[in-house]
Amino acid sequence: MTAAPAPEVVLEARGITKRFPGVIANEHVSLKLQRGEVLALLGENGAGKTTLMNILYGMYHQDAGEVLVRGQAVRISGPSDSISRGIGMVHQHFMLVPVFTVAENIILGAETGNGPFLDLSVARRQIRELSQRYNLDVDPDAYVKDLSVGQQQRVEIIKALYRKADILILDEPTAVLTPQETQELFAIIRSLTSQGASVIFITHKLKEVLAIADRIMVLRRGRVVGETTPQAASERSLAEMMVGRSVMLEVEKQEANPGATVLAIERLVVDDDRGQQVVNGLSLEVRAGEILGVAGVQGNGQTELVEAITGLRAARSGRVLINGHDLTNASPRRVSETGSAHVPEDRQEDGLVLTYSVADNLVLNRYYVAPFARGVVRDEHAIMQHAEELIDRYDVRTPSVLTPVSALSGGNKQKVIIARELSREVRLLIAAQPTRGIDVGSIEFIHQQIIAERDRGAAVLLVSAELDEIMALSDRIAVMYHGQIVATMPAAGASREELGLLMAGARPAAPAVSEAV
Amino acid sequence: MQMTSSVARPSAARIPWLSLGVWGALAILVLIAYARAPQATTAVLTSTIRQSTPIILGAMAGIMCERSGVINIGIEGMMLIAAFLGYLANVWTGNLLLATAGALLVGGAVGAFHALMSITLKVDQIIAGTVINILAVGFTGYFYQQGLTTRGKLAPIDIAPLSSIPIIGPVFFNNPPITYASLVLIVVIHVLLFRTAWGLRTRAVGEHPAAADTVGIAVNRVRYINVIIGGMLAGLAGGFLTLEAVGSFERNMTNGRGFVSLAVMIFGKWTPFGAWGGSLLFGFANAMQSQIQFLQNQLPPWLAWVSQTPPQFIGMLPYLLTIAVLAGFVGRARPPAAIGKVYEKE
Repeated sequence: MTAAPAPEVVLEARGITKRFPGVIANEHVSLKLQRGEVLALLGENGAGKTTLMNILYGMYHQDAGEVLVRGQAVRISGPSDSISRGIGMVHQHFMLVPVFTVAENIILGAETGNGPFLDLSVARRQIRELSQRYNLDVDPDAYVKDLSVGQQQRVEIIKALYRKADILILDEPTAVLTPQETQELFAIIRSLTSQGASVIFITHKLKEVLAIADRIMVLRRGRVVGETTPQAASERSLAEMMVGRSVMLEVEKQEANPGATVLAIERLVVDDDRGQQVVNGLSLEVRAGEILGVAGVQGNGQTELVEAITGLRAARSGRVLINGHDLTNASPRRVSETGSAHVPEDRQEDGLVLTYSVADNLVLNRYYVAPFARGVVRDEHAIMQHAEELIDRYDVRTPSVLTPVSALSGGNKQKVIIARELSREVRLLIAAQPTRGIDVGSIEFIHQQIIAERDRGAAVLLVSAELDEIMALSDRIAVMYHGQIVATMPAAGASREELGLLMAGARPAAPAVSEAV
Repeated sequence: MQMTSSVARPSAARIPWLSLGVWGALAILVLIAYARAPQATTAVLTSTIRQSTPIILGAMAGIMCERSGVINIGIEGMMLIAAFLGYLANVWTGNLLLATAGALLVGGAVGAFHALMSITLKVDQIIAGTVINILAVGFTGYFYQQGLTTRGKLAPIDIAPLSSIPIIGPVFFNNPPITYASLVLIVVIHVLLFRTAWGLRTRAVGEHPAAADTVGIAVNRVRYINVIIGGMLAGLAGGFLTLEAVGSFERNMTNGRGFVSLAVMIFGKWTPFGAWGGSLLFGFANAMQSQIQFLQNQLPPWLAWVSQTPPQFIGMLPYLLTIAVLAGFVGRARPPAAIGKVYEKE
């Protein structure tokens, strides 16, 4: 031992390189995690954070470099290796079986019992002990499908602790949480580190990094581009490191100038795929020249609401009026032909035909009319020319207009959709999660396009799970909870805390919150 | 959020009032029938159990595969090949026990083939099953020779004091070995799936393979083993046909039983006891139709119209029942979530 007690390094990666066909996901990445600290790994989507963590957890194997656990070089060839060395991972998409109970999920793969027979009583007791020790409140006998997202996350954390993990990797843990749930998660993380655990916290959210991290490492295009501490960094400096150039954190926009009502929804009732009623008599209005942001935790009926407006899902009752015309349960084409643009939540599934070329995807909403069709025959020349124009105007990075759209990055795929939807006269823009999972550069661009549509006089309905996005773009904010709008307010006076409480189901504090229409 | 504990699940220790009621009503009906026509009633019930044996074995074959996430529509073919080769083993060795073991092994081998196609080679699982079904018809038809003789079939074993209980005795305690085995296997498979670590892993792999993978479970290995076990159960069903029920082989003798098994599996919501209920229903319909045809002239006057119905229509009864059951249940039953999907890491 040296004189000054050196901090104990529990996990170290040295020169990790991982290539996938056509991309280098990690290039000579090194990191050190010390005992009892929170190391934040910051980077945009596609920067290689998740790949690196999957290597540490044994889901992938690196092409070069080595991993050391508590100073010993180890070969991690599968999750069971990492689990046995005390590494636990909470994946971005939870790895829980919905139809199993909490206890069953936690013991899966590390079952307790009598020979081959399961005995959950020991597990239940251990789960209760862990819940108490770290303040993680869950019922071992509840079914996971009945739990909120925040509770499911706690199950994941207990699952790792149950396996005696003292190195925890949390991959984008706050993506699905309300601001309050995020605060609770931070409290849990602090209680874990104070009891000797070490945490790697992966995120692209700058505020959170500054709030929770002891050290910050920034990844860009598969390389480590910097290391800092919250004391030495600011949101702006982190954003610049992450993106590699200076970025605008705030969206610049003029005062809104609302006109006539374009979209009116009256007491709409919609079921989800399982026949559960998830939109419960919802009413709202969006006027020309304004952006109405719908805030809410995912799964409160937003998806079904948008699908019902755009004609993709049948409404059970209620009315959808666009420019005064009743378009309840009209076909998607009719809705589109009224001048409505739709940027769907799931761009891979609903926004694009992945195997089609960029050019064909750019005419999906108008391939059947002039100038793209003459009678029943397509006009290839017009389609190509249109595509060339749009990829130029919307800065779509693609090798050619004939490239299948599946080969494009997330941001560029989204730009193809935006280009297709906005390249015509639009009176209503419905944008669902328009910037989910794409790079900061594309986010800036898409935000500018949405504001530009508003300024041109279109009504914009923006649905997003990112509260920051809602607050930056909206003129008015509607909070959706359990299939209803629980409050509507001008964006100018709204606070994160207030919105967070409403999103979590707290009743509006005073009538002053709900706006008279 | 609500802490729901009222969700029904197979292993929950709740009292299933509904099924108790149904079984109670059935027992009363049986007693009434027995009081009026004891011989016919016993004959129908015995026949119900026999007819349901290959169905429940086939259904459990499906349950093992599908609970682990592999669709198996090749049960029909697995049964047929095992029935044929089990029969040939009987012809050559004259040893029924060896022949039964042979049918089991052949079923397991065809199961391994299905696993190879659908897990390793990533063939569409419906296509893989269809390949097995077509292969079975061609293979058995081509190699079948008429005129082979065997030294009999598996005989009923009388379990002494129990078999003299009225109704229950002759129905449950005077059966040949594969029928006994199928009854025991219902309990074994239920315990395996819902009370053991293996069962928990199997169901996890069928519901959310990525979750199983992240806790160190070898997804494809679990699937292979379950599909092979499923194949063995289908093989036993085939063995039942040639070694226990008939004692000889006929072309295409499975006669759709593999498909009925699948219907019954869905009816039983992928649980052994549920599937057993469905199998008994099918077995009962089958027993009734042969009993009706057998008793054509002795029917009471109010059933005279039955004897005027062409026998082909009465023969349809079990299959019509299957269609009706499926039409009513398929939409509502929830299959394992990851069924039919190849698990790939990247």
